[in-house]
Amino acid sequence: MNMFSLTLEHMYIVFIAVAIAVVLGVFLGVIAYWIRYLDSIILWITEIIQTIPSLALLALLMIVFGLGNTTIIVGLVLYALMPIARNTYIGLQDVEPHLKDAARGMGMTKLQRLVKVELPLSFPLIFSGIKIATVNSLSVAVMGVLIGAGGLGFPVYRGIQTNSLTLILSGAIPVVLMALIFDYIMSRIERRLTLRASDGRK
Amino acid sequence: MIKFENVSKKYGSTPVLDELSFEIQQGEFVVLIGPSGCGKTTTLKTINRLIEPNAGKIYIDGKDITDMNPVELRRGIGYVIQQIGLFPNMTVEQNIAVVPKLLKYPKDKWQAIVHDLLEMVDMPYEENAHKYPSELSGGQQQRIGVLRALAASPPIILMDEPFGALDPITRDTLQDEVRRLQKKLKKTIVFVTHDMDEALKMADTIVFMNEGKILQMASPEEMLHNPAHPIISGFMGKQIDSRSNGLTAGDVMRTRVVKAARNNQTLKSIELMKSRDVDTLIVINEDDTYAGIVTIGDLRARGRGGMEIGELITDAAPVVNVADDAQEAFDALLTSSTSYVIVLNDDNTVAGLITKTSMTRAMGEVLWGDVTS
Ligand SMILES: Nc1ncnc2c1ncn2[C@@H]1O[C@H](COP(=O)(O)OP(=O)(O)O)[C@@H](O)[C@H]1O
Ligand SMILES: [Mg+2]
Repeated sequence: MNMFSLTLEHMYIVFIAVAIAVVLGVFLGVIAYWIRYLDSIILWITEIIQTIPSLALLALLMIVFGLGNTTIIVGLVLYALMPIARNTYIGLQDVEPHLKDAARGMGMTKLQRLVKVELPLSFPLIFSGIKIATVNSLSVAVMGVLIGAGGLGFPVYRGIQTNSLTLILSGAIPVVLMALIFDYIMSRIERRLTLRASDGRK
Repeated sequence: MIKFENVSKKYGSTPVLDELSFEIQQGEFVVLIGPSGCGKTTTLKTINRLIEPNAGKIYIDGKDITDMNPVELRRGIGYVIQQIGLFPNMTVEQNIAVVPKLLKYPKDKWQAIVHDLLEMVDMPYEENAHKYPSELSGGQQQRIGVLRALAASPPIILMDEPFGALDPITRDTLQDEVRRLQKKLKKTIVFVTHDMDEALKMADTIVFMNEGKILQMASPEEMLHNPAHPIISGFMGKQIDSRSNGLTAGDVMRTRVVKAARNNQTLKSIELMKSRDVDTLIVINEDDTYAGIVTIGDLRARGRGGMEIGELITDAAPVVNVADDAQEAFDALLTSSTSYVIVLNDDNTVAGLITKTSMTRAMGEVLWGDVTS
């Protein structure tokens, strides 16, 4: 068992899932912001997904996507949607009304306001959603082994089967370390973003 | 140029604008004034269609604005707001260039515009263009706010209490600058304020509103002499006569002024001005006596690192004694090129400062009791 390549694969799965979740989550956040009557529905659905136990969700997804990395990636994406979509929505809502007014008054279209003003000013909050999603996904991805995916779930699972604490730890420790490192680095970035952008928000 | 025809706006059943009809000429500086909530902002925002009226028509150059694309309409109308509204994620240059870029000006053209505009308000390009709004003082930010509105040379500019949040000296300076720019560039300006001093100083025509209606539309002189309604008199009163009431310079001055010792370093003084949001420092000698003034322009133009501001002071500002008749200060204010008068105590220490605003306000208070702002 090559721990290094398992760690890489674990990160790869999480990275792909978070990347997809960012695109989808920001998109949903924007839709919820733009279309007033859709906001509660979109936020409600992403929240419901969160409450489904991961084992049950993965089992359901397995029926559709079969065994392998795809299934765990889809599962991670679904879990990561909520923090990203919600933070995008809140971030966009909370941009100072007078800045939205100014942008409209300058003659920006709805899309220009979003891209040039509203999203940049919401970015610190969106980033904090991405951080939560990343750190969560690192640990949830361990479950992937149950549906035939790769990553650090494998040594943990084998460790449980063979009653080997060493094996369990050899999988768990890198996961915990990665989570801590990502949390630390991303929190620092988040802090800097927030400081810089604080004057554009309520 | 701009024509309102029976324009009405309701929120629920409350009328906010009530059959408003008036006309603004090309190149005119029109000030909308009235008590808070009377509909000034609403009126302004109907012009660039940030608010759509429920009834009535607005024409610009004879064209019904509801026939125009709102986005294109707004790109042709400058807009300045009280909260300044510079985009904090963009530099000064990017902020000024917003509308030129929306209009797809080529890069060299909008850069040249940014250059010229910054020069026009004595904020050199190299020093300021790449700063973020949060690095500027409030006064500088609103200068940029005004430049942003001018950048694509719109014939019409809307300003909603643009100087309401600035300190009196900076406000005076910006009022003068905007008036100068308007004369030079021949813009049509619609300017909202609730400050009668400001209206009297800036306007060609004052539109006095109350509860969504126009009470009087007249020149400042006309409104001053013949206010058409008690509410208007309440806002400013009748004729100002300072001779008969024994008002002294000490009565009308403001005492909160930013003073600095003459041995202060240039850079530190610029910082001080920024942090206190003023354009001018009053420089004092070691024994607290008045030495002169130094402006941020002087510091920028002639100051070098390590230089003391004592070397840069000028005596451009008129000086009066606290016990002098207010009329004297008033005359000095009108004839001087600076927008304020320094008031000294008998021992030549600085007692305070009189600006056009503080003068008008103080007189109003003496004549008609509290002048609310
Ligand atoms: N979106 C809104 N909904 C309901 N009432 C509003 C809204 N905007 C403004 N008003 C009301 O309209 C009136 C005029 O507002 P405004 O034009 O902003 O006044 P002013 O700028 O003269 O202080 C106020 O009484 C205000 O409460
Ligand atoms: Mg208003």
